[in-house]
Parts: sequence; structure tokens; C-alpha cells
Amino acid sequence: MSARVLVGVKRVIDYAVKIRVKPDHTGVVTDGVKHSMNPFCEIAVEEAVRLKEKKLVKEIVAVSCGPQQVQETIRTALAMGADRGIHVEVSGKDYETLGPLQVSKIMAALAKKEEADLIILGKQAIDDDCNQTGQMTAALLDWPQGTFASELTLEGGKLKVVREVDGGLETIMINMPAVVTADLRLNTPRYATLPNIMKAKKKKIANVKPADLGVDVTSRLEVLNVDEPAQRLAGVKVETVEDLVGKLKESGRI
Amino acid sequence: MAALFKARRALGLAVGHGVRCLAQLAELPELHQMMRQTCRDYAQKELAPIAAQLDKDHMFPAKQVQELGAMGVMAVEVPESLGGAGMDYLAYCLAVEELSRGCASTGVIVSVNNSLYLGPILKFGTEEQKKQWIPPFTTGEKVGCFALSEPGNGSDAGAASTLARQEGDEWILNGTKAWITNCWDASATVVFATTDKSLKHKGISAFLVPMPHPGLSLGKKEDKLGIRASSTANIILEDCRVPLGNMLGERGMGFKIAMQTLDSGRLGIAAQALGIAQAALDCAADYAHKRTAFGAPIGKLQAIQFKLADMALATESARLLTWKAAMLRDAKKPFTKEAAMAKLAASEAATFVSHQAIQVLGGMGYVTDMPAERHYRDARITEIYEGTSEIQRLVIANSILKEYQQ
Repeated sequence: MSARVLVGVKRVIDYAVKIRVKPDHTGVVTDGVKHSMNPFCEIAVEEAVRLKEKKLVKEIVAVSCGPQQVQETIRTALAMGADRGIHVEVSGKDYETLGPLQVSKIMAALAKKEEADLIILGKQAIDDDCNQTGQMTAALLDWPQGTFASELTLEGGKLKVVREVDGGLETIMINMPAVVTADLRLNTPRYATLPNIMKAKKKKIANVKPADLGVDVTSRLEVLNVDEPAQRLAGVKVETVEDLVGKLKESGRI
Repeated sequence: MAALFKARRALGLAVGHGVRCLAQLAELPELHQMMRQTCRDYAQKELAPIAAQLDKDHMFPAKQVQELGAMGVMAVEVPESLGGAGMDYLAYCLAVEELSRGCASTGVIVSVNNSLYLGPILKFGTEEQKKQWIPPFTTGEKVGCFALSEPGNGSDAGAASTLARQEGDEWILNGTKAWITNCWDASATVVFATTDKSLKHKGISAFLVPMPHPGLSLGKKEDKLGIRASSTANIILEDCRVPLGNMLGERGMGFKIAMQTLDSGRLGIAAQALGIAQAALDCAADYAHKRTAFGAPIGKLQAIQFKLADMALATESARLLTWKAAMLRDAKKPFTKEAAMAKLAASEAATFVSHQAIQVLGGMGYVTDMPAERHYRDARITEIYEGTSEIQRLVIANSILKEYQQ
């Protein structure tokens, strides 16, 4: 199989960090805060690497959009087994307002340029929790999509995707080229080995601007305010079921 | 004219190299940062959660050692052709520190395998010995150990009473080795024995012995204060026979091999001590934020602040010494004095920081619910093994006096 896979990797605030809202309420504090690869993107990279190990895929290209720092994230993907990287340079205000619509346009443009057969993305990012980029990318390319994948197999040139849905597991067969988004149980990402970290240094990361791909990254959305979730209030204990129903009616819940 | 160019070029190279070294001390190269982060992630996710249980059960972390082998951490400096990661000593020190931050026992298991077993074979082994004794010990499936100390001599390494005599095409070893780290879990050992008693320390030779092996038996597992997941015991040799080809290096070279191996090994221990110190500091600083007394988090109190500052200072100073020694070694420059300084500073930092961490935690520091007590117990051995603090001072003093030779 001579398939080429594009894997999107996003640099996000590390999952273990305690998030703080900026004093001006325009966003969260990112300066000096630990960042790492979005966990679902790690799973996506791992899946691509496994496909390559099974010789079902020939080349893995890791893509990230953002400022200089995202190169670290691309290198992590390279250390896990991706073959080369593409850094789409987006910085400053553009980066602050970068969202799924722009990223999916970039991914679609790259997929055409790189003649990709498969795009694997994380199902969502842990900072904005949008869960849109995969779906939008597929729509822009008019490709089939297998989202929330917990299992991915190639069967006779088609992709069998087992999806985690509210009701349980759904199995679908889709044609290639396609977009797949990785869910939690798709795999357990490997730790980069030291030799691979060394090899990653020699792998190429190409630089490209959104304009080169014909993509306009201006946002259609304006963030009005960012606030912490409301403090959880103490509960109230009631004696009887009647009291409970009364209280629920009182507060307009039922 | 040519001499001028040569001098200018030498200066340029020196400055370039010096600048590179200084830059490395200030900020690690990207490769090393990635590698450090990978080890940190592994230690925090896979080692830290089980460290307390490993300590309680005296259990060798076999699964984790295999995983570390797969990552290349069990053989950092070993070239890729022999199954290692082919990285430098600075990378190795970073790895051991991060792993020890999660679990000090795992840190020493990794360190002994890398520095004390693979180290001397890489440096003094023949091509054939390297091919036989290295590759199986890079994957985490097998670990090695280093048998120098005896019940009768630790610091006094030149007085090895274990004897080796030649009989035909075999060496026959007799004697007892003490305090051997990893031995209950090891598949091979580097043993030091006297081949020529009259030559005193120049009559000691090194041998490679597989484990298990007829004539080699293990004493009881020592019940230690700390690093309990790593096994420590005596190795008893009773007419233990090995082929002539199992001698490592030349006859009489044993003491030199041991000393050079320990020079490097002590950087591994320095790194382990740094990991313990850092873990204790992490614990104390976190507690200072959370614990309130007198109406505010205790981190607001100067008494606690001064402690944290001293703890951080001791750790960071020792860390820079360790990095410098590793960088000198990587540049193939003499590093004996710096390595001794690093080991001394780091081990004393570990005991100081872990002691103060318990103090910051108060009563909570004394119970097993918090890791502070384990760090305190783990730290203590770092001032003793691979060269006691007293020996380190002698090594440093020797070096200084040589520099000022009249």
C-alpha cells in the first residue's frame, strides 16, 4: 500500500496544569504554562505509526498550525514515528482566533497538495473541546468520515471503523480517501524511544503559510468573555420525597 | 603566519566549544530536552504511582525495566549497533534523574546497568566480549551488576581478598562480594578478583561471570532502609569456573577498570540523588501551597520560604555540577574531580532536601501516606555507595593538590 497519511497534531496546555483565566477575561493564561501534544492527537499519531508498522501506510506527515513553538509538537510526532512534518505558520492575533473552520481549510488544502489518502485527527482538542475539525475537513474535501474511532482496520482498500456512539459501538465501512478522528480507546500511545528521538532531529519539517495554501485565517467568531465555571454551591438536604419534589418545583426545575 | 592561523583556529574552536558548553548549562539542546521530557512523562505516569508499593513489597519492577529497555534507557551510551540508544552521558544523567524522581529504586537499577555493567564492557571489552555481553542487556530483559565490594573492604578497594587462579583454560574464582546492587535480578556480573596478591592493587583483575552459574550463589536479600525495590545481597564464589576469555581487560588491570568505571558511575548516582532531591522538593513545595496554618498557606511563612529556597539552591547547584561533569566526560576531557564534586554535592543535597521536606510536612512527613518519608529513606544510601562522601572528598582533595603541585 502506498498510502500517505496526514496527521494533525495540536499544541495545547498540558492536561495536568491548573487553568487560570486571564485578568482581562479574554482567555486563559498561556505564558510560561506547560504545553504538550493534545492527548487525542497522540492517539492519532500512534494509530498512523501502527498502520505504517503493518505496512498498510507508506508515509506519515505530521501537521501543526501555530507559532514557532508548535515545532516541538511536530518533533514529538516525528519521535513517535512520523516521517516528516509541516509547520503552518500562524501567529499573534491570528493564532489566538484560530479555530476548527480555518484549520480544516488548511488540512483540506494540504491533503490535496500532499495527495493524502487518509487524514487522522484527534476527535477534539482538550482546550476548546470543539470536536469539529475532522468533520469540517471531510466536508470540505467531500470525503467520507469515521469519527470517534475506537478501532480502525483496512479491509480490501476500504476502511472499517468502529465508532463509539451514545448507544454503544457502530461499525461502518468507508471508502478511501477518508478522514478518521481518534477516540480515547483507539490505542495507547507509545513513549518515544531514545533512538527515535535522535532520528527525529534529522527528519524534515517544512514551513508553509496559510496564504500559500489559499486559506484566509480571519475568524468569523469574536470571543466576548471568558470566565471560570460558577462555584459549586452547597446542596440542601430534605427529609421526604414530597419535600424533594416541592423544592424541585419551587426552583422551576420541574 | 601559519602558527598564527593555527592559534586563531584553536581559539575559535575553543570559544565555540566553550560557548556551546555554557549554552548547554543554561539551556539544554532540543534533543536532550525532548529526551528529558519523555523520561519525565514515563516516570510520572508509570513509576511514581507504583513506587510506594514497590518499596513496601521489595519488588523488582520487571515490567517497567522492560519498558525502559524498549525506550533505550537501559543502554543510553551503548552504540545503536549493539542495541543501545547511542546518546551521550549528559542524556543519560538526565534520564536517571527523571526516572529517580518517580522511583529511586528504578533509578539505581537503570544506573547500575548502564554505568557499572555496560560501562566497563564498552570501554575495556574486546569486540567479541562486547557482542556477547552487551546486546541482551540493552533491552531490559536482562540486567547486569558490579561486584567490587567485599565484607572486608568497601572503600579499601585495593584489598580485594577474592582470589582468581588459572587452571588450564579456566579461571577459578573464590571469595565473597558484598552489597551488590541488582544481584538477585541480574543475569551477569563484572567481578573483581586478585590474580597476583604480591602486586597488591595492581594484581586485581576483572572477570565477566554469567548468572546463574555453577559456583556462584547469592546471599540473603538485604533488608534495607531505602531503595527497597532494588535487590542487594552478597555474591559467594566457590570454585566458580569461567573460560579464560571471560577476563575483562588485561591481567592486573582490574583496579584501574574499577576506578574508571566508578568515576562515571558516580555521575549516575549523582543523577539519582538529584531525582530524589527534586521529588522531595516537589512534595514540600506542593504542601506549602495547600497546608494552611495561622490563617494562610504555610508557603507564606518565611520559615518555610527559607527552607524551600535552601532546598532548591542545594538541588540546582548539584545539578549544574552534575551536568558539567557529564559534559566534560562527553568532551573526553578529565572529569574525575568534577564527578566526585557532583556526587558529593548531589548526595548531600538529597539527604538535606528530603530531611527538610519532612520538616515542612510536619507530622504528615513522618507517615507513609505521603512520599516524603520514602524520599528520606531512599536518599541516605546516596552518600554511601559508589564511593562514600569521605572518599569523594579525598578524590577532590587529591585533584586540587595535584593542580597546585610544587
